[in-house]
Amino acid sequence: MRRFFLIAVPYAWLLALFLVPFLIVLKISLSDAAIALPPYVPQFEWSEGIRAFVSQLDLENFTWLIEDDLYWKAYLSSLQIAATSTVLTLMVGYPIAYGMARAPQEWRPTLMMLVILPFWTSFLIRVYAWKGILSNEGFLNQFLLWTGVISEPLQILNTTTAVYIGIVYTYLPFMILPIYAALERMDDSLNEAAEDLGCSRLSAFWLVTIPLSKGGIIAGCFLVFIPAMGEFVIPSLLGGSDTLMIGKVLWEEFFSNRDWPVASAVAVILLLILVVPIVLFQRNQQKEQEGET
Amino acid sequence: MAQPVFEPWNDPNEKPLIQFKNVSKRFGDFTAIDDLTIDIFEREFFALLGPSGCGKTTMMRMLAGFETPSDGKIFLSGQDIAPVPPNRRAVNMMFQSYALFPHLSIWENIAFGLKREGMPRNQINARVEEMLRLTRLEKFARRKPHQISGGQRQRVALARSLAKAPKLLLLDEPLGALDRKLREETQFELMDIQEKTGTTFVIVTHDQEEAMTVASRVAVMDNGKVIQVATPADIYEAPNSVYVADFIGDVNLIEGTATATGEGTYALHWRDGVPPLTVTTPQSFSDGQRAHLAIRPEKISISAEKPAEAANAVMGKVLDIAYLGNISTYHVELPSGDIIKAQTANTRRISRRAYTWEDTVWLSWTATGGILLAD
Amino acid sequence: MKRLSAFNVVSLTLGFAFLYIPMLILILFSFNESKLVTVWAGFSTKWYGELMQNEAMLDAAWVTIKVAVMSSTIATVLGTMAAYVLVRSGRFLGRTLFSGMIYAPLVMPEVITGLSLLLLFIGIGLDRGVLTIVLAHTTFAMCYVSVVVSSRLATFDQSLEEAALDLGCSQAQAFRLVTLPIIAPAVVSGWLLAFTLSLDDLVIASFTTGPAATTLPIKIFSAVRLGVSPEINALSTLMIGVVTVGVICASLVSKRALVKQQKEEQQAVHAT
Repeated sequence: MRRFFLIAVPYAWLLALFLVPFLIVLKISLSDAAIALPPYVPQFEWSEGIRAFVSQLDLENFTWLIEDDLYWKAYLSSLQIAATSTVLTLMVGYPIAYGMARAPQEWRPTLMMLVILPFWTSFLIRVYAWKGILSNEGFLNQFLLWTGVISEPLQILNTTTAVYIGIVYTYLPFMILPIYAALERMDDSLNEAAEDLGCSRLSAFWLVTIPLSKGGIIAGCFLVFIPAMGEFVIPSLLGGSDTLMIGKVLWEEFFSNRDWPVASAVAVILLLILVVPIVLFQRNQQKEQEGET
Repeated sequence: MAQPVFEPWNDPNEKPLIQFKNVSKRFGDFTAIDDLTIDIFEREFFALLGPSGCGKTTMMRMLAGFETPSDGKIFLSGQDIAPVPPNRRAVNMMFQSYALFPHLSIWENIAFGLKREGMPRNQINARVEEMLRLTRLEKFARRKPHQISGGQRQRVALARSLAKAPKLLLLDEPLGALDRKLREETQFELMDIQEKTGTTFVIVTHDQEEAMTVASRVAVMDNGKVIQVATPADIYEAPNSVYVADFIGDVNLIEGTATATGEGTYALHWRDGVPPLTVTTPQSFSDGQRAHLAIRPEKISISAEKPAEAANAVMGKVLDIAYLGNISTYHVELPSGDIIKAQTANTRRISRRAYTWEDTVWLSWTATGGILLAD
Repeated sequence: MKRLSAFNVVSLTLGFAFLYIPMLILILFSFNESKLVTVWAGFSTKWYGELMQNEAMLDAAWVTIKVAVMSSTIATVLGTMAAYVLVRSGRFLGRTLFSGMIYAPLVMPEVITGLSLLLLFIGIGLDRGVLTIVLAHTTFAMCYVSVVVSSRLATFDQSLEEAALDLGCSQAQAFRLVTLPIIAPAVVSGWLLAFTLSLDDLVIASFTTGPAATTLPIKIFSAVRLGVSPEINALSTLMIGVVTVGVICASLVSKRALVKQQKEEQQAVHAT
């Protein structure tokens, strides 16, 4: 009885507040838009059963998504922005994680804390901090003008470049931590063994350190890529009007255009796109855990 | 036909393979190696023996190239190796943790060093196969390190470090992770492989039995200094210091003052009111010098009556008996309160043991049975 | 011997500079006299004063804290239950679906979570306000709590519980007297994580709130969309300050506990 209660309460909660809402999204994505409240007309009733559901299946909203090039452009550009910023984050994060793993033992908890600290501070504030830095009169432009690298202020804020910087900055801890964990676990004598067997420092790094931190690299990349794909705050604060990201499109479709069925269809497709990396990520995590035991 | 005895260290014409010349190594304030000079010859199986922190691992890491001496020079085949980085040295190392690459198969681990040399593919194949045969690992070539047993991993590590046919192989506590039985088997396997390949081995260990079993010569180290370098038999029978005598095996140490009584013979006065002990030694002591008599328990015989012709005999009471199966060690308390250990082989069944607890017994040994050591 | 090469030092220095300089600039300019946040015009704390007068901002802060305390507390209870079920309950009908529902919200884009919950609340006719935000935050926060707690439970020696049962505890007593004290640090950090996530959340709160309840992130977002303002800098500084003090205290406490434990172990060794 107690066991039943223990399972039933969180189970019921998640069913009611996670699975059911998601099914509703699916249902509304198949409905017609209407100027009413709620602003959609259900295309079918659940009570009519599966057969009715299939026969009445209305993919109008999905066809709309394909026909209007705004949407697939937004998906593509989200993919591209997420992928590029993941690579950038890896390039920034790996040397930091590597330096941390090689730092003296007694420094490491402090370095760890320094990486985690930004994660606990508000995401919104960290994105906001860059507004003052990247604007035309911002510190970066002031600095570059002062050093004489440029003579005219650069337009960085409200461009895709600013979005890259924002994503790299806010998601950096997610990249550093799994890589650091993998590097720290690594036995230092492996590198010495590689050198002993004829590797130079650099080739020992390529042949031993990189392959052994592969699990951490993959985990870090997914931890950046997956949330970056549906990011809304960064493109709307730092990006320009030409920065297309699907999270922003969904938000506008919902709040500005009040087209709930299309917003739902956008969400469904976004989720379908994310299923692949999410499944790959889970696999990688499982493999990592098995490797540890 | 008698084989010629392998002892190049006694041959003045032999050139040593490795020479340490006044080498010191300091880490900050800590001196790990203190003005060390030592020669190691080709085909030797040389053991560095000492407690942890005595500098033996530092010595090995200097040979491998992971540390550089603070002072002094190390020569390999007459050449100073200081400017040669680890990856260019004809020296390979077998790590204490084995340091097998977990992402590579056994085969790839062994081939790792050969590939770095740029050896042609077919030669690599042949060499790896040869190494697998030598270490009896043919069946496991495709497995990953975590899929084989500890003993097999140890052999992979050995095969990998031998694959490049180094002039010198360094082994850092190579058997430390194995259980006792496997360790004993592996010791003989190591000696066998060393003999087959003719490689010079330098082994670091804190296990004296292991050092005695495998090595042609043993260097006993303490606090960054080499205390004695000699064959296992000499180390055991003729230790040059109390430290070495105490470190290797079991020993009774009796402290007293020496007085010369004849040609190389001394009397050791060790307690008031008891007759002095007689000992013969080639070393010379001045009269009244403090000295220790070191005598191994198995050199002491035990009897019920006072033996007629013993150079030294003392009486005492059996305090404790440690039964080890093949031998028994008797702890005998003398009237002065000193405890002396004597060992006998158990050639009879235990039920017919001649002495038991609280029995009064006589302990005796010859004048050459022990060795007199200066303080 | 680890060697910290020049390359390591440079990458660590640049990396941490990148992480911290933006926040330091933010803090510095919260003390700026001028309204312009890019030109320094002298030290002043006037923006903090103005912040304290801003009724709407204070209201929003109060709502946010209320929501965060409620949702993180419920989420901790539910998440700990879920973790216990995942690690200890063996097989039951729908286990795969259950663990899927625990992990999915962690990777679900916030816009989708927010949208789906909003559609649910409208569907069942629930008025949007503090309650709906609490429900929404609890749902995703319980998944984080459950991950934190279950990783601790997984490394927990089950024979301790068995020993308690063997010594006469009931299941419930064994949990209360043995399991809970040992996993307590994980439960506490789960709560803190849930609390922070709730404080921080903009997207899900924007979807699930109604006109009656505005949280601080929503307020900040609508303010900063228009541009940079020193008042927001002051608010950010306060928030960063609270978090920094909290994190440093937490790490000092855990470090002290560790040092104490090591010292006691050493003493125990010497005592024998």
